[in-house]
Amino acid sequence: MENRYSFGGDEHIFVEVNEEMSLEAFFKSLSMTNAVRDAGIAGVTEICPANASFQIKFDPDVIKPDDMLAELKKLEVAAENAESRIDTRIIEVPVFFQDPWTHETLMRFRERHQDPNGTDLEYAARINGYDSVDAFINAYAGAPWFVSMVGFVSGLPFLYQMVERERQIQVPKYLRPRTDTPKQTVGIGGCFGCIYSVRGAGGYQMFGITPMTIFDPKQETNYLRDFMVFFKPGDIVKWKSIDRAEYDATLADVEANKFTPRIHDVTFDLEEFEKDIDGYNAKLMEGLYGN
Amino acid sequence: MGIKVINPGLATTIQDLGRPGYYHLGIPIGGAMDRFALHCANLLVGNDEGAACLECVFMGPELEFTQDATVAITGADLPPKIDGEPQATWTALKVKAGQVLSFDFLKAGARAYIAVSGGIDVPVQLGSRSTYVIGALGGIEGRPIAAGDDLPVGAGAGAPEGRSVPIDLRRMPAGPVELRMIPGLYWHRVTKEAGEGFFDDTWKVAPECDRMGYRFRGGRPLDFVPREQPFGAGSDPSNIVDACYPYGSIQVPGGTEPIVLHRDAVSGGGYFMLGTIISADMDLIGQMQPHTETKFVAVDMDEALKARQERHAALDAVRAALD
Repeated sequence: MENRYSFGGDEHIFVEVNEEMSLEAFFKSLSMTNAVRDAGIAGVTEICPANASFQIKFDPDVIKPDDMLAELKKLEVAAENAESRIDTRIIEVPVFFQDPWTHETLMRFRERHQDPNGTDLEYAARINGYDSVDAFINAYAGAPWFVSMVGFVSGLPFLYQMVERERQIQVPKYLRPRTDTPKQTVGIGGCFGCIYSVRGAGGYQMFGITPMTIFDPKQETNYLRDFMVFFKPGDIVKWKSIDRAEYDATLADVEANKFTPRIHDVTFDLEEFEKDIDGYNAKLMEGLYGN
Repeated sequence: MGIKVINPGLATTIQDLGRPGYYHLGIPIGGAMDRFALHCANLLVGNDEGAACLECVFMGPELEFTQDATVAITGADLPPKIDGEPQATWTALKVKAGQVLSFDFLKAGARAYIAVSGGIDVPVQLGSRSTYVIGALGGIEGRPIAAGDDLPVGAGAGAPEGRSVPIDLRRMPAGPVELRMIPGLYWHRVTKEAGEGFFDDTWKVAPECDRMGYRFRGGRPLDFVPREQPFGAGSDPSNIVDACYPYGSIQVPGGTEPIVLHRDAVSGGGYFMLGTIISADMDLIGQMQPHTETKFVAVDMDEALKARQERHAALDAVRAALD
């Protein structure tokens, strides 16, 4: 499938790799943006990969828009043949599902929701065909997720679950966005999971909260001293469901700056993954948990 | 120190020309919404053109100077006073230690820029002093200025008092505004009739207009070309698989109220976009008040680049006039 190119005013080129989300589309977007970075084209000021698309911002005083477009099209051929393999890392993210803080918030904004009489989890479980909230949480937290985009605000990761399309969870966003979401809320909108990096507006369904800091503009958090944003596209996330006691203990560690996330370096190969998804995920877990 | 904040105004923030290079992480470029006005203010007081200034929206602050300085107010017509005496806008003014700079009510425009010789010298974060409130970055602890703040001022050479930007070189919206845009991105999602209606209708700036974006109301809702929604996009016809948003892009959630993203844009999301405001008209948006009547006008790339050159020429003319 060929990319669709469109100018975003006189300073951006927007490139849609595919209308639909898939890991193939994400990998093509990532290899294109890597190729643009490696090409070092004068005048390029921002290179932004997204789920199944990407965007280049450029200075039209340095490079003419048509010339910029021609450069990108040249790189598409090479990206088509790029290996779908990346060196990345897998990270365990603890999540307290059905926590009191997102519950308070979702009740406060109930009139903006599709199901005013339930919770976001009850609604998501029902429309995805799960018998219970627990069964739904097991599916949500069972298989790992791929960080397919970082953005919206301040280092917020969008995640795509590493399962067959039939098993993908899908939920609509709120009918009207909330004006408030607790910091570090974990949720989903469309097929994308996310962690809200900061408190603020949002439209994704809210399932739980992580005690783990993922954005620290002061860079005091021990694992964010090099850079204030934790996630990058290509990271793999494994949710770990925790209870209130473990949440409180982990949060105390985070506040004392003693918490460091469990991280394991891996090479991810898309072709190998697609041959045996469950087997591949099991191997990733072995790497993460060292058994 | 340099300046003591007696009254901060409405949402006064420290801004320069922003922090490019981090949009892929959801950290927007930020910086002055009206960049031309910021350049002019800095030129008047003898600063580097990208020095940090105060951006005031709708209302001015009250500031006590603890050192002598040259100041200039550009952008919105927000009449300045020094110790209660009315002063000119777009003009270099001398302020002595102990004097108070305050403002009358806004007459036109939306955002005024206060440049101080030496620039506002808060720490640089990710290459800029610009305040990005959502990410708690830049400025004073990542927030608008507050009463009691001491704003540090850098060492400045100062500039002669009384110089001003010639009136014909100042830019200010008067009456209805035409915003030029290049249609594209997901334009194909709306019907031909809806696309025509978007340009025919008169829109008005909604009260929800800030550094992140400007919302518009008053036009007809847009009809979409029917389709089965792509996997992962979400069920509403205005949804797309979450993608990057260009600065100036026009999204229309639910097909009802267009939102133009500005300097503190969210970097991406799941709403289709009709196209993008050309770079030459971005400053103008920063000067639009709520209820301003607005028409969107389609232009092609050649017109956009020509308009961009005209803005460069206008700034060159200010540089020449003040040289």
